[in-house]
Amino acid sequence: MDRLGNGIAAGRLTPADYETNFADLHPRLDKHEALVAADRCYFCYDAPCMTACPTAIDIPLFIRQISTGNPLGSAKTIFDQNILGGMCARVCPTETLCEQACVRNTAEDRPVEIGKLQRYATDIAMETNRQFYERAASTGKTIAVVGAGPAGLAAAHRLARHGHGVVIFDAREKSGGLNEYGIATYKAVDEFAQREVDYVTAIGGIEIRNGQALGRDFSLSDLGGQYDAIFLGMGLSGVNGLGVEGEDLQGVDDAVDFIAALRQTPDRSVLPIGRRVVVIGGGMTAIDAAIQAKLLGAEEVTICYRRGKDNMNASGYEQDLATANGVIIRHWLAPKRIIADDGHVAGIEVEYTAMRDGRLVGTGETGVIAADQVMKAIGQNFAASGLGSLQFDGGRILVDLEGRTSLEGVWAGGDCVGIGEDLTVTAVAQGRDAAESINRALMAAAQPAMAVA
Amino acid sequence: MADIRNTFVGIKSPNPFWLASAPPTDKAYNVERAFKAGWGGVVWKTLGEEGPPVVNVNGPRYGAIWGADRRLLGLNNIELITDRDLYTNLTEMKQVKKNWPDRAVVASIMVPCEEAAWKAILPLVEETEVDGIELNFGCPHGMSERGMGSAVGQVPEYIEMVVRWCKQYTRMPVITKLTPNISDIRHPARAAKRGGTDAVSLINTISSIVSVDLDSFSPNPSIGGKGSHGGYCGPAVKPIALNMVAEIARDPETYGLPISGIGGVTTWRDAAEFLALGAGNVQVCTAAMTYGFKIVEEMITGLCDWMDAKGHKSLDDITGRAVQNVTDWQYLNLNYIAKAKIDQDLCIKCGRCHIACEDTSHQAITNQVNGIRHFEVMEDECVGCNLCVNVCPVENCITLDALPAGALDERTGKVVDPTYANWTQHPNNPMTRQAAE
Repeated sequence: MDRLGNGIAAGRLTPADYETNFADLHPRLDKHEALVAADRCYFCYDAPCMTACPTAIDIPLFIRQISTGNPLGSAKTIFDQNILGGMCARVCPTETLCEQACVRNTAEDRPVEIGKLQRYATDIAMETNRQFYERAASTGKTIAVVGAGPAGLAAAHRLARHGHGVVIFDAREKSGGLNEYGIATYKAVDEFAQREVDYVTAIGGIEIRNGQALGRDFSLSDLGGQYDAIFLGMGLSGVNGLGVEGEDLQGVDDAVDFIAALRQTPDRSVLPIGRRVVVIGGGMTAIDAAIQAKLLGAEEVTICYRRGKDNMNASGYEQDLATANGVIIRHWLAPKRIIADDGHVAGIEVEYTAMRDGRLVGTGETGVIAADQVMKAIGQNFAASGLGSLQFDGGRILVDLEGRTSLEGVWAGGDCVGIGEDLTVTAVAQGRDAAESINRALMAAAQPAMAVA
Repeated sequence: MADIRNTFVGIKSPNPFWLASAPPTDKAYNVERAFKAGWGGVVWKTLGEEGPPVVNVNGPRYGAIWGADRRLLGLNNIELITDRDLYTNLTEMKQVKKNWPDRAVVASIMVPCEEAAWKAILPLVEETEVDGIELNFGCPHGMSERGMGSAVGQVPEYIEMVVRWCKQYTRMPVITKLTPNISDIRHPARAAKRGGTDAVSLINTISSIVSVDLDSFSPNPSIGGKGSHGGYCGPAVKPIALNMVAEIARDPETYGLPISGIGGVTTWRDAAEFLALGAGNVQVCTAAMTYGFKIVEEMITGLCDWMDAKGHKSLDDITGRAVQNVTDWQYLNLNYIAKAKIDQDLCIKCGRCHIACEDTSHQAITNQVNGIRHFEVMEDECVGCNLCVNVCPVENCITLDALPAGALDERTGKVVDPTYANWTQHPNNPMTRQAAE
């Protein structure tokens, strides 16, 4: 073990350090803590938190159910709107959603801990595998779902509830999508993503076929003839490039791959990390990568973001979490060139930026940050193929508000569509709503035409 | 600095805060601690007649209800009178009184409703040189099944009879403690006065079942699966106690009879309210049982600070000040018109005022204005009921403001009449019409 060794190396920490560093970020509230937190909810009329939730969970009701000693009833209230309420409780940026809207902020600047309370209730239900939903009588219809991430799982569950059969195709070895591969380790410990997949699919009628990639193993047109409807929820698989010199050097990595590797490894001590790491980007991926680089033993981790603090997609809470973990966040810096030493990354040259006349421009001033490793976290793009004549908008699938694409019988939701924020909770809402739309369409088609008097 | 020294039926204490006859005053150890903490007096845990003492249950004696953050709002108990030997208590009382001559020590007594029983115990108590006696006609549980406690307090004739015996057999001041488990508190108070009591104290606890265990279907506190009604006390009973104190204070038959106010006194403010409604001092129990004896420091300083701020020099300046303002509904001024007003700077937009008004009252508060979440009183619908004020979580955010004389009441379209007019004069009152005919 060499804690301060230069370059990119594994085993910088003791086994105990790895355990501690990647433990649950916020352990679940115990019963007393939950009751105290729940007491603070005012049970608002037409509650702003509920409006702020993309899945419109009845938050005042589920909190009141916790406070009256009915956590299972509370969990059902959550799952009624969001079957992935367990993961959302862990990864939602609540500080910009429900908790930002909490009226407690007005008088005391401290919202009800909605996310933690949601986790309290959903954990209790999931630990006992309490299932709240049964499949309706079989409709004889089968829907193909592409992608076993939040959108696909939410769609599949809702379709199964309506009595439809569901076959999910997923390119990866494991289901869960970004919940399994794209979330910081300390936010979803103990195989939570897989447990959630099991919990959701326990309703029955959902078959998952892993290792089946759209465009590689099958195309949209292959599905068309075999299924009554198709839901596309495959997310974004491409990673945006920096477009600067040196991007191909050893030691320049995609942050998403780093995050996925951390989630999948059985032994973190074998994962290599630079002594000095620079992360380029300003979103949640940048934060998750930077914090985990630090936790993996990097001595110095710097996030470079080309705009100001207020422009960062990562919430204030996430930024604070990063700085509390020793990450340095530097604003108004754009990557200009990655500096090589013997084929490896040795540093990054950055250019200072500024807003001039409403446009982001380089000021011409430059600086160099020494680094052994550079991680790219400047967003992902839609890189799927095999979609035939499907129409796109801004590089993503064009859908209407019900999730209908330009093709008859094809719906889509989640990060791969052009509406809504790229959040787990948004993907769940879109998957759920598309499933309702599919159900309406299939059931309307199955009804004999009504005679009009 | 306000002078809060208290004289109640001739008994002097450095402040008006006494501990009520209850578990906190069961023995010298507790009472000594209470006096060290600053309590002005105690009414010793109720003494029974000579002989084998009563026995208590060996399971739970208390049950409770809670508010937010498990703050205790109401306590219920099934403990009986002292379960210690009479002479042990008397010896300790005598010693404590000797140790603390400036504090009030009063003996609470409950013996069978027989003249001989009272005649026997009074000299024994008198010998301790405590300051007075309190007749326990209040406990609603256990002892009442044996014809004592509230079983006496519910029969005015018995009250009068026992008080008369006590006045006959002791020179000590007699305070008669009343049960609230009765339809009209004035009747037992009048009976006590007829018997010659020096004062009344109230309220004792209210018959209650605090909760039911939904697994065992036993009332709480549960003694092996069974429960019995207990006596309810604590902050939850204060409004009931205040009303009963006021009823006695303003009753022409008992007007001027000293009252020791009891029932949910938890802060200086509660105490001041009891004094204002005619109590000469207050007795406290549940607050001490919840937080310990130290709370008296808050009570003493709070009362003094408030009196200083308002220019009240002594307790006489406060006692009874609110009694004249307690009246019958029929004499309330129907020309007094108030409207709710929401301070938009304080409003946190929880919407509870709106939904309370919309669902259960007069549909007088908006939830949106021009499509934006906004809560505002519609004066043309507001009857001034005060519900919104009470449900608002932010203090002083919603106020009820009186309309000045001459202003237009948008709800009725009438101008506010400056004159006083009550129901007895109202044309809709059938009695008024009868009188006019």
